[in-house]
Amino acid sequence: MSAFDPRRVRVDTPLLGRVINGRPITYLDSASSTLPPRSVIEAMDRYYTLHHANVHRGVYQTAVEATDVYEGARASVARFIHAPGGANEIVFTKNTTESFNLLAKSWGAANLQPGDVVLVTEMEHHANIVPWFQLRSTHGIEVRFVPVTDAFRLDLTSLDRLLEGVKLFSFTATSNVLGTRNPVAELARAAHERGALVAVDAAQSVGHQPTDVVATDVDFLCFSAHKMLGPTGLGVLWSRAAILESMPPFLGGGGMIADVRLDGYVPADGPSRFEAGTPPIAETAGLDAAIRYLEGLGMENLVAHEQRLTSDALQRIAERFNGRVRIIGPASADDRGGVLSVDVEGVHPHDVAQVLDQFGVCVRPGHHCAKPLMRRFGLAATARASFGPYSTLADTDVLLEALDSAVSMFG
Amino acid sequence: MANLDDLYREIILDHYRSPRNRGELTAPGVIRTEGYNPLCGDELTVYLDVRDGVIVDIKLTGHGCSISQASSSMMSAAVKGKTVVEARETIDRFKALMTVHQSALDERADPVVADVRTMGELAALQGVVKFPVRIKCATLAWNTLSQGLDDAYGVQGTGSQ
Repeated sequence: MSAFDPRRVRVDTPLLGRVINGRPITYLDSASSTLPPRSVIEAMDRYYTLHHANVHRGVYQTAVEATDVYEGARASVARFIHAPGGANEIVFTKNTTESFNLLAKSWGAANLQPGDVVLVTEMEHHANIVPWFQLRSTHGIEVRFVPVTDAFRLDLTSLDRLLEGVKLFSFTATSNVLGTRNPVAELARAAHERGALVAVDAAQSVGHQPTDVVATDVDFLCFSAHKMLGPTGLGVLWSRAAILESMPPFLGGGGMIADVRLDGYVPADGPSRFEAGTPPIAETAGLDAAIRYLEGLGMENLVAHEQRLTSDALQRIAERFNGRVRIIGPASADDRGGVLSVDVEGVHPHDVAQVLDQFGVCVRPGHHCAKPLMRRFGLAATARASFGPYSTLADTDVLLEALDSAVSMFG
Repeated sequence: MANLDDLYREIILDHYRSPRNRGELTAPGVIRTEGYNPLCGDELTVYLDVRDGVIVDIKLTGHGCSISQASSSMMSAAVKGKTVVEARETIDRFKALMTVHQSALDERADPVVADVRTMGELAALQGVVKFPVRIKCATLAWNTLSQGLDDAYGVQGTGSQ
């Protein structure tokens, strides 16, 4: 075990110095967005202070530096996810949602015929459902769902039958509601055996566990910078160079062309083809710093850290509340991320979150953009607590104290 | 600092735990209106039995947080037996209460507080404005009632023949 210490991460994270309602902030909403360390904030500050210019345009010194910042971040992302073709396979988007829209509207529209099937799962975020429904309307594809068991895992008993006629199997690595970790490599193998390509929603996994697109053998990976200690406004779509080269452009405009004439245009090669207009540049500086920070912590260490927190929290919630606080997700910390959706008997999640706020505890109430999953379990909403690298057992202490208060106030 | 006791007054918790006028109305001519809060998933259906411009019965179904449930329960108690005209006046006063800016509550004692004194137990909901994200919870039932009356009688309609 290395010297990973969440207390050191806390010192590096300025926002954790906030006091809310007279109490130190207890931030348990990392599944919504993670808190950036000072090095990420400073990288963006340094960019605007010293290097800002538009990218891929000027020949002057700072324009070259800005381009180096932007392209350097692409290389860091490629390294972090083990992209076999390097930086050329990294497309910058606005967020995970835009990555999926790019995938559906470019690759999907060009490659899917009426009757072709896109297989997703019942535990997907709307970002990996709605773009496929839109393609169903415009291109007549079929959207099929892998069901979820009562134990909050994918029901793979009929996977072979579900994969019939499937051109793309698109699923989440870690559920943003249940915390369930799906067996990415195993699912990818099954899909490939049936000739389907594989897309993975890595929004909830990329900042919490090692990511290796070669080892898991996937074809597309979508994620957001702000869920891996980076800034908002920046996401990534990764795919193999050969696939990206075959895909038509997504948004049209400046930056994505090789040539424009009065009678038409020629799209650019490489990731630029999908990056129309001036991109978020400072944000890529922030993401680069976030990746370096995560690499310094060690992703394997984060897995062990979050498993310890999750195991402890699951056990303590079960013991303390005697069934009045139910976890909507796997009951053991195996194959599970640090996402704890709770259903407090007789107390609406918005009221739970309101009482928790009084203790400085930040959790997310709502349907978490996964309404099919909520309906599957007969819920309108849950209150969700989620861990990050800076979370500690003391955060769970405050969470339990606050949940106690919510239970007794409405009991 | 907004205090939790301002939001969860005892009378609100009472309406949440023992909601008034729960159920459905099936008689011919009943006005049925659905309200929905897409942000938090709260759902409400309001059933109105209006005769000669008087709300002779009202029932509610649906689910939501304590504030939306208590507010809808209190709304039903406030308008049951009232004329459509009186119900609309109550809706207007309640919405005015919910749009008061927090600074107005802190710094100006009237005219808002004076208005509140005429509102009976509905005044217990005034603490909601100190929690701006919860205002939509409190207004759902009132907007739904308003929609139902507008749909049935037009914006100015009294429901009287």
